[in-house]
Amino acid sequence: MNAVWLACAALLAFYLGWRWYSRFIAERIYRLEHDYVTPAHRYRDGVDFVPTRKWVLWGHHFTSVAGAAPIVGPAIAMYWGWGPAIAWVVLGTIFAAGVHDFGALVLSVRHKGQSIGTLAHRLVGRRAKLLFLFIILILILMVNAVFAWVIANLFINNPASVLPVVLQIPIALWFGYTVIRRHRPMLVPSLVALIVMYGTAILTTRVTWLQIDLVGWFGGAGASTALFALDATSAAFLVWIVVLLAYVYVASTLPVWKLLQPRDYINAQQLVFGLLILYGGLLVTRPELTAPVYNAGAQPSWFPLLFITIACGAISGFHGLVASGTSSKQLDRETDARTVGYLGALGEGALALITIVAVATFFTTQAEFLSSYGSFAQASSASLGYFVGGAAQLAGGLGIPADVAATLVALIIVCFAATTLDSAVRLLRYIIGELGLEYRLPALTRRHVATSLAVGLTALLVVLPDGGRGFGSGGYLLWPLFGTSNQLLAGITLMLISLWLVRQGRNPLPTLVPMVFLLAMTIWAMSAQVIFTWSGLGDAPPEWLLFVLGSAILGFALWILLEALRLFASPAARAALAASVAEPDESDEPPQPPEAGQRR
Amino acid sequence: MSLDAAASRLAAFFGAWDEALQVGHAAERQRALEDADDLFLLLCFSESMGLPNPVAWHTLELYPLLLEAFHDWHRRAGMDRSPLDHVRCC
Repeated sequence: MNAVWLACAALLAFYLGWRWYSRFIAERIYRLEHDYVTPAHRYRDGVDFVPTRKWVLWGHHFTSVAGAAPIVGPAIAMYWGWGPAIAWVVLGTIFAAGVHDFGALVLSVRHKGQSIGTLAHRLVGRRAKLLFLFIILILILMVNAVFAWVIANLFINNPASVLPVVLQIPIALWFGYTVIRRHRPMLVPSLVALIVMYGTAILTTRVTWLQIDLVGWFGGAGASTALFALDATSAAFLVWIVVLLAYVYVASTLPVWKLLQPRDYINAQQLVFGLLILYGGLLVTRPELTAPVYNAGAQPSWFPLLFITIACGAISGFHGLVASGTSSKQLDRETDARTVGYLGALGEGALALITIVAVATFFTTQAEFLSSYGSFAQASSASLGYFVGGAAQLAGGLGIPADVAATLVALIIVCFAATTLDSAVRLLRYIIGELGLEYRLPALTRRHVATSLAVGLTALLVVLPDGGRGFGSGGYLLWPLFGTSNQLLAGITLMLISLWLVRQGRNPLPTLVPMVFLLAMTIWAMSAQVIFTWSGLGDAPPEWLLFVLGSAILGFALWILLEALRLFASPAARAALAASVAEPDESDEPPQPPEAGQRR
Repeated sequence: MSLDAAASRLAAFFGAWDEALQVGHAAERQRALEDADDLFLLLCFSESMGLPNPVAWHTLELYPLLLEAFHDWHRRAGMDRSPLDHVRCC
């Protein structure tokens, strides 16, 4: 089957979802009002609350939510064949992610632009706030560990990508100073930055001595080194992790405008550039799908593990934080929420879709696919490399040489992951500080204590799991934990939206069904992983770190479920809820300043 | 469509795109600039508003070193006595 037809069918489904389902949700469920005074107008302050045109806000929202995660998850999930992956991405995006992102935006707009964390606090009290903080804490720890592992691996496998990635740092610093002092538009300088970075990538691909190949410097794969007697690949991994964490420590303690914002800006250009190249390349090359629709021999089975392997790209709780954190404060008209929220989710779905297509067309034969995706562990650790190869093939259709394209794709993924790492460590610092306040541990509120703790925990998480192929090979094992915590966050948001709908006397099924499905799949998949895989009760040896983390996440999932049952079943709780989410919020008193989880 | 109209449409598109990418960052930048302005205004006008100038506290250890130079300056400037209550050189 030709991949173009698959992509067209999926994009058509996205279009129909946008055209019909999102309209149904907007008109019949959320009942958007064109004349509703949004927080951007009511609390307009020129800083946080600024009415913004809908397509401009959509561009901001889409580039904020799409990154490396919708690439990593679908690439791993290709283990079960492209059928289950594409079905979950398409159906998840249309019926879960779109409704979730759209709903988080509307819920926040109807409550003074407050974040999901604040709304959870108002709804269920301090317990919900702590639950929320712990889930975000675990989610961010997983993001840090997985992305640090991803970057180190891409640096080891694509040494030509290191120099252009490093070059982005001084360029971004220069940008930061230029923009804050002179208020210039950033478009032209960011395009110049891209040309410099991509020019360097072409150079480093072709000039071997410009490649920072640590494995080669340590004597080549398999050679033993003086560094803790590790082999060359493990030593290279250790060095990259130390360098990355040192970088992220410094980067996350700088003011955001100095490094993070300019990097975000350049990355947004790269996202659009990458998507155009990949979809353009797909149309030109029109490759055949060589991967099977369904990998019948896959163990463990796709059900229910698929639903925690692909989080971003199908549904992601992180989007709720963005929607209720910044986008809701800038919505010009309430009716714009459909474009910003629903279409923003479709944008990320389109990124996940092209990832699946790139991997499904990378292999020459089905046998090659089956041997490359021989086991789930193999799929998890090597899938990103297959995406880089597949994307390079698609880009080749536009005349970009395959080796240069591979460097460019690796460069883009590393840039996304590094910026996410910076933001995530920053958020982790705020959350550790907030927990320090809650539990009266003032030391935790200090910037460097909290950052050291955040970076230290990340280091432990990324180096401890054992992937069976030496030091640092097990970082991918954390991916299902990332997916699970992300889905739990989405579950909380869907629960809050459903409760609001119940309070409004509307049909809560469009949000309740995805919530129940997500929680059920998450609890099922995590129970299977914790009890049969990581505890040592099954065939595999015990993995204590994963067992403890998985058990904690499972505990949080059950906690959410109990809270939901209590709120939906108990008349007293429903009455308390009605009082706490009294709607609409007509007071002109401005909302509280941004809380820890919202600031960067 | 004329060439001018096409060019202005293209410029509007890229202007909107630049705006879209800056939307999320404008608030943080505004806050950083406001913080710098707040500090500057506090240093300039705090005493006029009845607030002790925080710089006075941090430069206290310079006091003995500056005292003689300050005394000579206010004499040259035509003030027999120190014009500042908290600098008692004479």
